[in-house]
Amino acid sequence: MTYIDRTGLWLIATAAILVAGAFVLPHWLTFILTLALAKALVVQGVVVQMRAGLVSFGQGLFFCVGGYAIGLGGNLLGIHDAFALLALGLVASVGLAAVIGLLMTRYRDIFFAMLSLALSMILFGVLVKSQTLGSTDGFNVHGVSYLGVTFDGANQKIAVYILTVVVSCACALFLYRSQHAGIGRVCEAIRENEIRVEYLGLSPRWILYAQYLVAAAVSALGGGLTALATGHIDPEMAFWTTSGEFVFIALLGGTMHVAAPFVAAVLFAFVRTYAIEFTPHTWQMILGLVLLGIIIFLPKGLWSLVSRNRRVKA
Amino acid sequence: MSTPILETKGLCRSFGAVIAAKDINVRIEAGEVVGVIGSNGAGKTTFINMVTGYLPPSSGDIRFEGHTLIGKAPRKIIRMGMARSFQVAQLFPELSVLENMLIALVAAESPRPSFLNPVSTPARLRQADEILTEFGVERFRDSLVSAVPQGARKLIDIAMALIGTPRMLLLDEPTSGVSVEEKFPLMDTVMRAVRHHGVTVLFVEHDMEIVERYVSRVLAFYSGEIISDGIPAQVFADNRVRELVIGHGHGAPASEKSRSKA
Repeated sequence: MTYIDRTGLWLIATAAILVAGAFVLPHWLTFILTLALAKALVVQGVVVQMRAGLVSFGQGLFFCVGGYAIGLGGNLLGIHDAFALLALGLVASVGLAAVIGLLMTRYRDIFFAMLSLALSMILFGVLVKSQTLGSTDGFNVHGVSYLGVTFDGANQKIAVYILTVVVSCACALFLYRSQHAGIGRVCEAIRENEIRVEYLGLSPRWILYAQYLVAAAVSALGGGLTALATGHIDPEMAFWTTSGEFVFIALLGGTMHVAAPFVAAVLFAFVRTYAIEFTPHTWQMILGLVLLGIIIFLPKGLWSLVSRNRRVKA
Repeated sequence: MSTPILETKGLCRSFGAVIAAKDINVRIEAGEVVGVIGSNGAGKTTFINMVTGYLPPSSGDIRFEGHTLIGKAPRKIIRMGMARSFQVAQLFPELSVLENMLIALVAAESPRPSFLNPVSTPARLRQADEILTEFGVERFRDSLVSAVPQGARKLIDIAMALIGTPRMLLLDEPTSGVSVEEKFPLMDTVMRAVRHHGVTVLFVEHDMEIVERYVSRVLAFYSGEIISDGIPAQVFADNRVRELVIGHGHGAPASEKSRSKA
């Protein structure tokens, strides 16, 4: 595999098309795509752990930390540059993950899932009870600049959209690379047989810890970009239903390819948008039926359709 | 006197009231091929599990090339130059045989796998193919491990253990679950490979024909204790071993059976 192989070129080409779309697509569509891609980054965090056999029902924790870093960085620290704010969220999220990861990586299966959920709910509780952090209403994000340039109105939305596409592409390239590198392959091995990994002379716990930090980093970027796009943050970002949505999208796309969470997140955004539009009182039921269908007919997610098609052609 | 490759002193292990290992003192020199025999529950696997860090002993010391193994995690012991295979082959069933090999190769290179360097390099692929050929399982290269026959799985398990170029290999019942026709070819392949790599071997085995054919020394376990230690002929002739481990005329080695017939 060369440094950027065919999949890498596809990812870059798709990102270039999406960036070009910023100037032709309607604003409502770029907005939906911005939120979907930002959400997909958090889903990537879930998928990275799923590949190692761990399901996080609390990825909203890092999504929320990334989002609040944008808000607090501007309101309390006077940082207004989008890149600096994203970096702040990333550092805060990885720092938090570095501490709680020491505990999390001791657990597996349902215990890991429930503990991750519990930690995100603790953050939710802290935010709801804290006036300084905006309590239940959260607070708005404003006055963000991009390397010294400020945009207003629709241009601000376009700037966030392009930034989201670029960050998503960079993360996708890194995650694709790591999926096929030693760490990615060993994660699959841990999912299959942790004892054997230990008896090959590797520390499963160290590898899971490293992946936990990666998952926290990409999730924080997703949270930060969501905050920039919506201009608002609130404790719901850490609520368990938000984390459940990330798991939903992860199952929808599957864990087979780095592009799957992006495709699934975009599909999810449209299904939800149109479900709310046409059946405002029963849209959750439609989403439930979609998930049921995926689990029954495509247990490895939507991407299994692509890989199945490739196998047939081969 | 040279430092033995493996030495245990006063090794004990109990599970509640059950004593699985009682004062085990063993000294194994580099290059030996040692067979461990004993009935079910005699403490053979407990012994291997203690030596490879899976179970901590209740008391006693284990030294590998003079360095204590007490308190060390299995991965540290593996990195010191010990390797093991399991009674039930421990592989990655939903990955291909080649992927299993590549993961073992990555693990052998560094305890910290890379985030960026791809696993499938031409050098590693060539190395994996050579190992698969050496163990005679190259035809399963692209099959999922879950679809591979039991005998081949055992060979893959042992091949993966040998990838880290260990100096000592512990095999837990290498022929269990393998058909009668496969067991000798399997052991021939394994012993050829360990001789090629110059590895000291200790293996647990129930099949006395296998033990007699391949080992230079036998440790007979009974109720957590070593009741006999010596060359195969000497151990198989021991009355306590015949009474408590191999039984009179049952499961005795081929040469023993033929002698008794004569």
